[in-house]
Amino acid sequence: MDILTWGRNPWDQAILTHISWDLLWASLFAGVAFLVAHASYMVFSAHRKRHAAETDAMEAARVDLPVRIVRHSLPARVFHWVMAAAMFTLLATAFLPIAGIRFPWVTWHWVAGLVLTGSILFHIVHATVWLDFWSIWVGPRDVPELKAEVLRELGHDVPGPRPGKYPLGNRLYHLAIVATALAVVASGLFMMVRIRTPFVTRNPYLFSDATWGVTYVLHGMAGVGLVGLVIAHVYFAVRPDKWWITKSMILGWITRRQYLEHHDPDRWAAH
Amino acid sequence: MAVIRDVMPAFELFQPASIDDAQAVLNRYGADAWVLAGGLDSLDWLKDRIKRPQAVVDLGGIPELKGIRPREGGLEIGAMTTLSEVVRHPVIRERYAILLDAAEAAASPQIRNQGTLGGNVSQDTRCWYYRAGWPCYRAGGNICYADTPDAINREHAILDASRCVAVNPSDTAPALLALDAQMVVRTADGGERVVAAEDYFVGPAIDITRMTVLEPGDLLTAIRLPGAWAGARFYFEKVRDRQVWDFALVSVASAMVMDAGGGGSAIERARIAVNGVAARPLRLRAVENLVRGRPRNEATAVVAANLAIEGAQPLRFNAYKVPLMRNLVKRAIRGVEATTWTS
Repeated sequence: MDILTWGRNPWDQAILTHISWDLLWASLFAGVAFLVAHASYMVFSAHRKRHAAETDAMEAARVDLPVRIVRHSLPARVFHWVMAAAMFTLLATAFLPIAGIRFPWVTWHWVAGLVLTGSILFHIVHATVWLDFWSIWVGPRDVPELKAEVLRELGHDVPGPRPGKYPLGNRLYHLAIVATALAVVASGLFMMVRIRTPFVTRNPYLFSDATWGVTYVLHGMAGVGLVGLVIAHVYFAVRPDKWWITKSMILGWITRRQYLEHHDPDRWAAH
Repeated sequence: MAVIRDVMPAFELFQPASIDDAQAVLNRYGADAWVLAGGLDSLDWLKDRIKRPQAVVDLGGIPELKGIRPREGGLEIGAMTTLSEVVRHPVIRERYAILLDAAEAAASPQIRNQGTLGGNVSQDTRCWYYRAGWPCYRAGGNICYADTPDAINREHAILDASRCVAVNPSDTAPALLALDAQMVVRTADGGERVVAAEDYFVGPAIDITRMTVLEPGDLLTAIRLPGAWAGARFYFEKVRDRQVWDFALVSVASAMVMDAGGGGSAIERARIAVNGVAARPLRLRAVENLVRGRPRNEATAVVAANLAIEGAQPLRFNAYKVPLMRNLVKRAIRGVEATTWTS
């Protein structure tokens, strides 16, 4: 399997052109393999959940909390679904033609790319000004939580710590999606200079052939990476045990019981 | 420009005697197989060493692919029928004269004796950046060298460009669109697919690396001309740099049926196609709709011609194609004798 595609420019220099499309199938395979492996583990493993009686006791002790706890504000939800629509459009317009389903994809692709760019800019401002910016990021302070989560997954009854607003897996996924999405958006915005759009005058000579090659490879790598990441995201979104999180992204709230069962109120409130 | 060398790279040559045998070879080699019809486009590619197939499948020995026969009120022309045979055929001369005009406009008599109708419609673009072997979009790369600020793009596209600005070089293609021809394709799995000529050609927006719908393993076996446009009023004109042996800068083909009830002065229906302006021959549907029911005169021709060029985006050196196409469409509708040229 090739990873990169090379060509020779008019000056007979070897230049990168783009990634090998074999990587699309590799990413698809990796995403599905993860899905099967995780689903199998969840069926057969002894991962530890909080006992119902424990949650009952916590709920009885915290009747002061509202019945519905707001998890995602309306602007945050609108951003999420706009970004999701843009992402699916981008992936479909990028990879369906490679898979043999041919249609005029270029305009749809860059328009969806601009929508994604706009939604990310909105998200950065919104998260910085109106949300608890650091609650989604991971750092050294999360090592105890990582250790506790791993032990729970291995069947051990570990008291804490539990997640704040976002589970650790959620935060790690966010980190991965930030890196790949920023790579794909930044490279994609430069690539728009090579096509006809109403926004910029075409300038194929903005970069050297070698730099353009790296830009195309970066865009392709991030793109196929997103295929695997999106498969994983959709998988977790539709898993029955995670459906309460998905529902909160639609309705905006979770129940008091879900809040107490899955989160550490002190850590959520502390951030 | 690529330097043509005398010796081609080695390949396996297959000369099957049937379509089934040809497809067996094509399926065995997949994308590494090359279909050879008349060889006039192929040999350039092979001698330039830009295309390096492992296997070349010469269709010249397959009788099923040759000849012109009547079919359901029209004609079926084998894909390996030479352009000269098309030109000489009495039924084509009598009922489908537009195809005769188009085939006769192709290249030189020697080339028409060797070149086939199937090859003429399936030939690759003549963009010299692409044919020089540079890694452009069409060759699988990430740039169009013809659409750069200092590119020499006098012969390139003014319409329907999507990253690549190459044009389709076929002379017979617009005539086949005007005749509503059907392309018979034997698919790699042995099935048969009949595609309208309009849909046989693929633009870069759909697939930037191909000119036609043919996938590896597919064969164009025949071209069917329906009876619906037989004997219509035809017009074909090809404008080129030299009047012999040259590719079209712009060509136009039209078929018109006049309204018998209205004294024959109004256009009942029309099909109009142009080539040399985009990566595929373009059927001008908007123009066809506009002229339907209108008198065939200068006023109709002018309005239609202006409509035809809407959306044209010339490159640095091919702005001349816009008035050229407008005038050719005008002539195709009004007729050459009474049409004035405008710049």
